[in-house]
Amino acid sequence: MSEKLKRCLLLFLYTMRISAFTFGGGYVIVSLMKKQFVDKLGWLAEEEMLDYTALAQSSPGPIAVNAAILVGYRISGVPGVFTSIIGTILPPLVLLTAISFVYEAFIQIEAIRYLLLGMQAGVIAVICDVVCGLCRSIWREGRWIAIITAAAALILVAVFSVNVILIVLACALLGILLYGKEDRAK
Amino acid sequence: MIYLELFWSFFQIGLFSFGGGYAALPMIEKQVIDTHGWMTAAEFTDLITISQMTPGPIAVNSASFIGARMAGIPGALVATLGNIIPSCVIVMLLAWLYRKYSSLSVINGALRGLRPAVVGMIASAAVTMIGSSWFAETAASIGGVDVLAVALFAAAFVVLRKWKLSPILVMSGAGVLGLVGYVVLGAVR
Repeated sequence: MSEKLKRCLLLFLYTMRISAFTFGGGYVIVSLMKKQFVDKLGWLAEEEMLDYTALAQSSPGPIAVNAAILVGYRISGVPGVFTSIIGTILPPLVLLTAISFVYEAFIQIEAIRYLLLGMQAGVIAVICDVVCGLCRSIWREGRWIAIITAAAALILVAVFSVNVILIVLACALLGILLYGKEDRAK
Repeated sequence: MIYLELFWSFFQIGLFSFGGGYAALPMIEKQVIDTHGWMTAAEFTDLITISQMTPGPIAVNSASFIGARMAGIPGALVATLGNIIPSCVIVMLLAWLYRKYSSLSVINGALRGLRPAVVGMIASAAVTMIGSSWFAETAASIGGVDVLAVALFAAAFVVLRKWKLSPILVMSGAGVLGLVGYVVLGAVR
């Protein structure tokens, strides 16, 4: 099997496995992708995954689908986009179609509720683990402005429910002012 | 033509919903309840519950579920396809632009400014989920704190940091332990 085809196939399997386990929104899938594609496989740099998160977040449509498109394109080009999209939407598509036929019974199952309560505790741990790793990178870089930005974004979103697109725009502008010239000099 | 209607409705939802699932909900509600009458408000509440019980983005879940109910499996396919096509076009263009221009000093500067904020936003997801997980009223609650959820979190976190176990394994393990724990506690208390 050619190397390209093998990568596409792996991409499909990984995105499908990740999608089948994303309970609880876009940031969960982004955290899982970071662990799989950055930490485990080394297919992406940490900075790229953060950039993709910002782009996925600021584009219309589900964050999980947007992130899958960006990661797929980076890893295998246009064929990668299609494999990772199919991998991402297949689990919910199949599951929800099946459930739609029996949903009155499904919604009554107490066991699923308990399973989910436990899984949610695990999901939070995964996000915290990823955040710890990312914080260490910021800390090592040792820029006060970056540490303040991260803390401010956390407080603005978690406490004040500020629209994330506003934060993305403000931080991009700040970045251009701070680093835009610096890099040009190099 | 139900297929076209499903496609077009979810295409609009995909195109105009920014910022993830909960931002898309009001739009989905408007399309499927007010505009088309595909569901009653009570059924829609059930759909949200089901979306929380299943993996995947809420918009894709809704598209598959409503599509399947209205027009079977082909309905689920066209609705889901409609929902993701705007993303495909717009985000693929962004991916291409990113590859081409991310080394430009202005873009690079903007991205460097953004990255720490993204870390804060991911952390905020954890904070929000902690609120609903640790302080839920369940069989394991003591004084308003779900002790089992906190314990499972702590165990999962230690296992992830120390032994670097696969996150999917850890989440499934927490799920199974939670299931056993809540059933046992529910029976005892």
